[in-house]
Amino acid sequence: MRPEDILVPTPAGVCCKIGGFHIDPTRPVARALITHAHSDHARAGHGAVLATAETLDLMRLRYGENFAGTTQAAAYGKRIDLGGVTVTFHPAGHVLGSAQIAVAANGLRVVASGDYKNVPDPTCAPFELVPCDVFITEATFALPVFRHGDPDGEIAKLMGSVALFPERAHLVGAYSLGKAQRVIALLRKAGYGAPIYLHGAMEKITRYYESRGFALGELRVVRGASKAELAGTITICPPSALNDLWTRRFPEPLAAFASGWMRVRARARQQGVSLPLVISDHADWNDLTATIAATGAGEIWVTHGQEDALVHWCGTRGLKARPLDIVGYGDEDDAGEQDGGAEE
Amino acid sequence: MNRFAELLNRLAYEPARNAKLRLIADYFRSTPDPERGWALAALTGALSFPHAKAGLIRSLIAERTDPVLFELSYDYVGDLSETVALMWPPSPSLLAAERGGAGSGGDAPTSTTESCLSTAIPHPSSQGEGELSLTTVVETLSTLGKAQLPKQLARWLDALDETGRWALIKLVTGGLRIGVSARLAKTAAAALSGTDAHDIELLWPGLKPPYIDLFAWLEGRAEKPASDDPAAFRPAMLAHALEETDLAELQPSDFMAEWKWDGIRVQAVSARRDRDMITRLYSRTGEDISKSFPDLLDALHLPGAVDGELLIMRGGRVQSFNVLQQRLNRKTVTPKLIAEFPAHLRAYDLLADGAEDLRERPFAERRTRLESFVAQLDDEHIDLSPLVSFATWDELIAARKDPAAAGAGEDATAVEGIMLKRRDSLYLPGRPKGPWWKWKRDPFIIDAVLMYAQRGHGKRSSYYSDYTFGVWTRGDNGEELVPVGKAYFGFTDEELLQIDRFVRRNTTERFGPVREVVHEAARGLVLEVAFEGLQRSTRHKSGLAMRFPRINRLRWDKPPSEADRLELLQSMVTKIEQGLAS
Repeated sequence: MRPEDILVPTPAGVCCKIGGFHIDPTRPVARALITHAHSDHARAGHGAVLATAETLDLMRLRYGENFAGTTQAAAYGKRIDLGGVTVTFHPAGHVLGSAQIAVAANGLRVVASGDYKNVPDPTCAPFELVPCDVFITEATFALPVFRHGDPDGEIAKLMGSVALFPERAHLVGAYSLGKAQRVIALLRKAGYGAPIYLHGAMEKITRYYESRGFALGELRVVRGASKAELAGTITICPPSALNDLWTRRFPEPLAAFASGWMRVRARARQQGVSLPLVISDHADWNDLTATIAATGAGEIWVTHGQEDALVHWCGTRGLKARPLDIVGYGDEDDAGEQDGGAEE
Repeated sequence: MNRFAELLNRLAYEPARNAKLRLIADYFRSTPDPERGWALAALTGALSFPHAKAGLIRSLIAERTDPVLFELSYDYVGDLSETVALMWPPSPSLLAAERGGAGSGGDAPTSTTESCLSTAIPHPSSQGEGELSLTTVVETLSTLGKAQLPKQLARWLDALDETGRWALIKLVTGGLRIGVSARLAKTAAAALSGTDAHDIELLWPGLKPPYIDLFAWLEGRAEKPASDDPAAFRPAMLAHALEETDLAELQPSDFMAEWKWDGIRVQAVSARRDRDMITRLYSRTGEDISKSFPDLLDALHLPGAVDGELLIMRGGRVQSFNVLQQRLNRKTVTPKLIAEFPAHLRAYDLLADGAEDLRERPFAERRTRLESFVAQLDDEHIDLSPLVSFATWDELIAARKDPAAAGAGEDATAVEGIMLKRRDSLYLPGRPKGPWWKWKRDPFIIDAVLMYAQRGHGKRSSYYSDYTFGVWTRGDNGEELVPVGKAYFGFTDEELLQIDRFVRRNTTERFGPVREVVHEAARGLVLEVAFEGLQRSTRHKSGLAMRFPRINRLRWDKPPSEADRLELLQSMVTKIEQGLAS
């Protein structure tokens, strides 16, 4: 049996013909297995959806009750037989509910990792290494210039800036699912006790995190707050809101952006960011290469991002590697959230 | 080094001047001597390391990284210092320390490849004792031979974090390029004591890095450092703007008039110290710009202080400001640059003649002394700014309208107006009201169409406040708009809101922070644009470059089809070149 007999890349996503399902399909299919709830991976309109309970909840929050025909919750580590294959979900460490999906048949195992990171994150289960024969990896930050560093140091930078500019409002652009809650949790861990303000688009998902037992301290919505009240505060908002009319309610807003892209100056400047915070929910170069090596996989399939560099690196390590051309995956920070201007 | 690096990093991202000042002042306050003094030296461009070149950095990184991965990365990042800083591999000693303990959380696979340094590694700086200071870098490099430089740099790059590496490479290869002028750095230092940057400029020529005595004075721990500089800057006297209606209040016989030249106001000072002649050229604010104009310094061979305009002179004709700009802000001045753009001083005033201070004498007397001083210098690089003769205001109004006919001749293209100076005016620092007036030429005005808008910074951060505008021309596909300039002021706050709303509602495309705005014959916004000058330029698609353009009025009443045409601007530039323009 060849790996392609278990999973085959198609333009709509990887497909398991024996099992009769797609993983993270970019267009509606009969049966979809979803790695995580970010909108480029989790779309509405599939017949049946199999995902972790959290991912299903988050999809429901985003798309409404009827986002799929039927749903089934997958627990981490529990074997599910689908057609002729065995499927297991394993924590990917990307955001709450995110999973790698291992598909095995005849002693051959392929792992579709979705998006992942192998660093501590107080808002999701830690990445689990799944030994496999073929590892399908993302490549969002697959250049050696991307080494994300210590997020606590970035949080210290933010708090230092708030102390230096107490009359200004600090707006932190952060993707509303995952990054926003992680930034809040990191601020709390660093001892930041003041209320943290939320853009309206952050509210629902952040409250969901709280309902799942994540203590995020006192959170307030910006709506209705006076300009004077917002001086010296931190507000978390979607990245697209940083340059929006919405920012006019703040006293001398200072734009920060929590994203792995912030390591590259030109990217920060293009977005008018004056306080870049390198906090990423994706694996950086070291994390990608170390993880690939650790899975023991002899063959690597590389999806969305800087495929060239990662495929080249695999070659230098004697690993068989190929880029997968799947249209439609992006990086959430780049995606330009539709709900960005919700409060305008 | 890491604190300094963090400062540079913040400054590089911060667009607002006041915020930059705060960041620098905060650094000076919280950093001890001599570290902060070296930082001040770095920010004012007072440090240079001749052996460190970009090529050296390239060869260092080539020894350490896969060439394919380096090229892919460089291509993505677009800046050599930054790419090298980000890609520099962790040093073996750090890796060993990492393997020994301090692992990342989770099931991190930690022993597979050379690249598996955990992302949770503490910054080298937080590992105590051996933190590299800016002082160490400066002191080491001042004694280090060229041959040892690569090894030393590599050791430092190994020890620093990314920001530190980026700052170190920027520092040693010269040119921080973080949008901070020497003046701004001095202003931030002045903020330590609430004094004016001006006071620091006056002392500056007598000060040396790391400026221990300066900081001691600023913090009130010592007397003001004595300036024994015989060629010190004298604070410049500036003029108020004049409107034609002001003339009724003034007597023509009280005033002398001269052309206001469109160059850079400078002060040239020569003085003897023992047997040496010290010669310096200062900007209006007292910045020493001598290094940029060595060709002018030789001409100043008599002790004295001349207030004048720096111009470029070719074939006996004053060149436009556009030409002068080619010589400004150059790190090195090559003989070719000097030959191509010869500097010239056109003298307005004499502040000192030999050791004699003339500033307390009336202008008419200083002018006579200036005439003989310039005659004595007898150098082709220095001449007198001629007086404009007039008996009545009407005569002066006529001269301002047509400088070419009123004596400026071919140089009229470099005249930006008229200066009126009271005959009895003393040379007073600052901008006293009454003795001197500047009366600028009327601006040129055209109607143009808004084509692109870009977001501003700071208080304007969410507003589309930078506008690119164009005029009509016949293109390959019929009538089209060609961009002719960019303006970001001239409008009121209320008008800004109106334009911003227009931009948001009429966006046709987005390019990062820039929006393309609808600009068709029947739909679009006409802007009345005022500008001071117009030059031919090969760098712009329209072939023209405006000087000092700003939004004069919003013409909501006018359809874009009625905006001006490129041919009008072309005939304007031809007239200007012939000295005939308004």
